[in-house]
Amino acid sequence: MKLTSPNLIAWPGVGCMQDLARKALSCPRLQASIGSRTTTSLSSFVVLRLMLAVAVLCPALGLAGPADDRVQLVHFFEKRFPGVPLEDYVYGALIASPGGRHQYEQIMEFPPFLGDLEKGKQIWETPFHNGATFANCFAMGGRNVVGTYPYFDNASGKVVTFENAVNACLRTNGEAEFAYGDREPMGVLTAYARTLSDGMRINIRVDSPGAVAKYEAGKQLFFRRIGQLNAACAGCHLHNAGKIMRMEIISPALGQATHWPIFRGGEELMTLQGRFKRCMEQMRAVPYGFDSEEWNNLEYFLTYLSNGLPLKSAVFRK
Amino acid sequence: MILRIGSSWPRLPAVVLTVAFGVPSPQAADASKATGQQLAHDVYKGNCLACHQIPGDPSAVSLADIGPPLVNMRKRFPDRAALRGQVWDPMARNPQTVMPPFGKHKVLTEEEIDLIVDYIYQY
Repeated sequence: MKLTSPNLIAWPGVGCMQDLARKALSCPRLQASIGSRTTTSLSSFVVLRLMLAVAVLCPALGLAGPADDRVQLVHFFEKRFPGVPLEDYVYGALIASPGGRHQYEQIMEFPPFLGDLEKGKQIWETPFHNGATFANCFAMGGRNVVGTYPYFDNASGKVVTFENAVNACLRTNGEAEFAYGDREPMGVLTAYARTLSDGMRINIRVDSPGAVAKYEAGKQLFFRRIGQLNAACAGCHLHNAGKIMRMEIISPALGQATHWPIFRGGEELMTLQGRFKRCMEQMRAVPYGFDSEEWNNLEYFLTYLSNGLPLKSAVFRK
Repeated sequence: MILRIGSSWPRLPAVVLTVAFGVPSPQAADASKATGQQLAHDVYKGNCLACHQIPGDPSAVSLADIGPPLVNMRKRFPDRAALRGQVWDPMARNPQTVMPPFGKHKVLTEEEIDLIVDYIYQY
């Protein structure tokens, strides 16, 4: 998908397999074999030409997709933050602040929000009127499942978030659904429920045309300029990640979706979509709203980018 | 204060009158009218320090490094109108910019932009 509209910030890097093709071309052994044109080198020559042709045609063939996006993103940040291990991206802006990271580790030894997690645990474990509990709605009793959310549901044609699944559970058990975006009960419940998946590798699937469409819709929003301040998520969280805005370090998009909810100052519970709301307001744009299609698609796109990284549930932020 | 300068009176630009009255001081500013410095530092107005440092102004407290530091402004923008244009709509010079279009999107009034440009133009 070409991002050429003036309202969209450009995707960084060369795009598609062109980068890989160029790297292959600069390999001395391959160059030597091309030069000598022996039988074996002829096949490698043909392969190389084929790669180049594919690279050029890549966008048209639709081969540039989520997997390619993620690889490009990782390469982009490897250059931006040399030496930072991939796993560290779950710490967000703290990768650029060793002192901040140290303070964070100290606070997380005894986090100040354990009371809120306890509230969430009460809600999770209290049986419904029919005797069932939330654990009955999820595989493995809700352990190590959150890393697969959001997912694309072919039947409904929509992205399903973990909050959607919580409400589906309530609905099928004859209970009233929780309001999206509320601190209690939804916020504290999902804060606790996510601890059951702490450390799980994010594993979002985008493996159908419908899923790809939602992924691309989320990606569009990420790159689109919005609000009176004309900002796109990508402008800060891609191109200026690690830089300082006034006194705060901007977090990179890689790893961003792994570590929610955050507890600002140890007390203010903020989910990922809560952060979307705050960011859009700060850019002086009207927020789309909790559980909106736009935000669910954005969450789908963002979480996919963090595939392979460990989920970090309920973290402290200052 | 009355300036008696004959027939050129109606054509004097406002900035000359301001200079004649004295350079505006941040501390002594009229409460109903913000100075360029105040507007630049105000988080709801220019909020320049969110992205820029202004090393020449000791009261400009910022660690920001998203935009270039505001130094050598006259050398970098010999034409003041170019600097004003950059504040008004930075996408004109750089379509990939993250700097907001303070004039085009009416974040600031035209007068506020002029005051801010005058303020940073001195550094």
